[in-house]
Amino acid sequence: MARTVTRLTRFNMTSLALGLAFLYLPIVILVIYSFNASRLVTVWGGWSLRWYHEFFNDRAMLEAAWMSLSVAAVSATLATLLGTLAAVGLARGERFRGRALFSGMLYSPLVMPEVISGLSLLLLFVALNAERGFWTVTIAHTTLTMCFVTVVVQSRLSALDRSLEEAAMDLGCDPVRAFLMVTLPLIVPAIVAGWMLAFTLSLDDVVIASFTTGPGSATLPIRIYSEVRLGVKPEINAICTLVIALIAVIIVVASFASKLSSSQGESAAPL
Amino acid sequence: MPEPAVSDIPLLRIEGVAKSFGNFRAVDKLSLDIRAGEFFALLGPSGCGKTTLLRMLAGFETPDEGRILLGGNDIAQVLPHARPVNMMFQNYALFPHLSVRDNIAFGLKRAGMARKDIATRVAEMVALVKLEGLEKRKPDQLSGGQRQRVALARSLARRPQVLLLDEPLAALDKKLRESTQGELMELQRRLGMTFIIVTHDQEEAMTMAGRIGVMDAGRLVQVATPRNLYEAPASRWIAEFVGDINLFNGQVAARENGRLTVSTSEAGTLAVSELWPPVTKQVVSVAIRPEKVKLSRRAPASDAGAPQAINRLEGVVIDANYLGGVTSYRVKLETGAVVRASMANTARLDVDAYLAGQRVVAWFTADDCLVLEQ
Repeated sequence: MARTVTRLTRFNMTSLALGLAFLYLPIVILVIYSFNASRLVTVWGGWSLRWYHEFFNDRAMLEAAWMSLSVAAVSATLATLLGTLAAVGLARGERFRGRALFSGMLYSPLVMPEVISGLSLLLLFVALNAERGFWTVTIAHTTLTMCFVTVVVQSRLSALDRSLEEAAMDLGCDPVRAFLMVTLPLIVPAIVAGWMLAFTLSLDDVVIASFTTGPGSATLPIRIYSEVRLGVKPEINAICTLVIALIAVIIVVASFASKLSSSQGESAAPL
Repeated sequence: MPEPAVSDIPLLRIEGVAKSFGNFRAVDKLSLDIRAGEFFALLGPSGCGKTTLLRMLAGFETPDEGRILLGGNDIAQVLPHARPVNMMFQNYALFPHLSVRDNIAFGLKRAGMARKDIATRVAEMVALVKLEGLEKRKPDQLSGGQRQRVALARSLARRPQVLLLDEPLAALDKKLRESTQGELMELQRRLGMTFIIVTHDQEEAMTMAGRIGVMDAGRLVQVATPRNLYEAPASRWIAEFVGDINLFNGQVAARENGRLTVSTSEAGTLAVSELWPPVTKQVVSVAIRPEKVKLSRRAPASDAGAPQAINRLEGVVIDANYLGGVTSYRVKLETGAVVRASMANTARLDVDAYLAGQRVVAWFTADDCLVLEQ
């Protein structure tokens, strides 16, 4: 398993530095300026936690943040439940009629422009005369993120040796028990990773949320977006830094979870 | 060693079982009786349907037709978890999230056994397969041979009426495989359990099984003891599949006193003892196993007074492969046909060896030959 180590030449170093700078410099600047004491976004006025303090006293912002977090948590949970069931159906179910169609339709949100998804959901909610707010955004985010969960869980399931379930059945489990006692524990890391993916996707969505939310129930990204249109307040930098921190933590945990998952119970066939 | 007690009543009766996958007929109207306490091997090339048959016995496939009777009850439609049969999987299928102990206890817990009894049974199984001290390890902390033992212990723990083994030794290296073969036989004898093993390795089948069923294209072509399978194969295909064999095509020229004279284009006229049942066709093959062909520098003494006819074929050694226990020779006859002979190296010094290019006589008795219809 020895991996060949490429020596870092001067050229490689430079291009790596430029590439990383292009990707992360804006974020680093944002994080630094979130600790800026000055009222002006572009002028450095020394280190301060003033804007964090401001944010935690900004009721409207806090409400939007709470709304975003609860939409993300509920929609991620619903999406994980449905997405896992779809993945199990696709990876383990008998070949049913319309399987290809089902699988194609399941993955369509991956490629569908968000504006179209958002607009069509808006039309649906209007037609149903549903009051727009928390639940409409949550449902919209569930439909958006479910396919991501399915992708993650399905790939895990297809890597899992099928004879494990057969062995469980051979040892006295009916098919449902075999799934619960053997398959489920082995795909839990993938399910966790899928949940976290859905959570972050929901947390940073603006387009679909702006179509499906109603007055008085703005999510954090919508709130930030509308504030920025009136000029960037340093407080926004502080909020963004907090969101970045939260998402970074989630991504690290999710990648640990999927690493844990891929080290267990892979089929014996050499890959 | 005493033979295990094999009863005459079949424990498992397979009656006209057939299974197709789409247009492919994996198992074709197969019938077979397996007796209690037997070590039975299903042998065949890959794709012959042996694994499908085993999976139908375990319950992972449902036969399209036919019955599978276990102790008189038809289990063909019974789900795997409700069958008193366990299987050891080719890749072991150990549960990676459970320890050795929990893997072995898995089936016992499902059977609703009391905690104390489970602990006793697991300890017994661990001792049986000599895994003491490894109970707390996870499967990925075990070697291939240890995993194989855990899989065996897990499938034996429920004391199934029949244990199915799907290529159980395929993943082990040669030395370990040989010692494990011995252990499996010893275990089967001790437990008096019925073992059905699927293998493509004829040596493995011959070493372990009391009876071997040879499968080809979804059918059982011969069921016999290892010796009968080797010495009296039912067809040319089986003769070639099991072990090495020289074949000469020819026609029956004469038949008298239980002896056939077959004239072949490749090896001249050969004398062959008639087998039971006698061949009915005129066009036949004479078959002789390489180890029954002897080589000598001169033709052996005339068979005057000797009860059996001897076939002599003159030729030149084209190559000699020294394999340790035996040396295998290829001898080219004047007709261009090649005869394979293998001779045991009974002496340490090479006094009996023949060299490439040397003229020799390859000879064998009429009794050592087989006549097979083509």
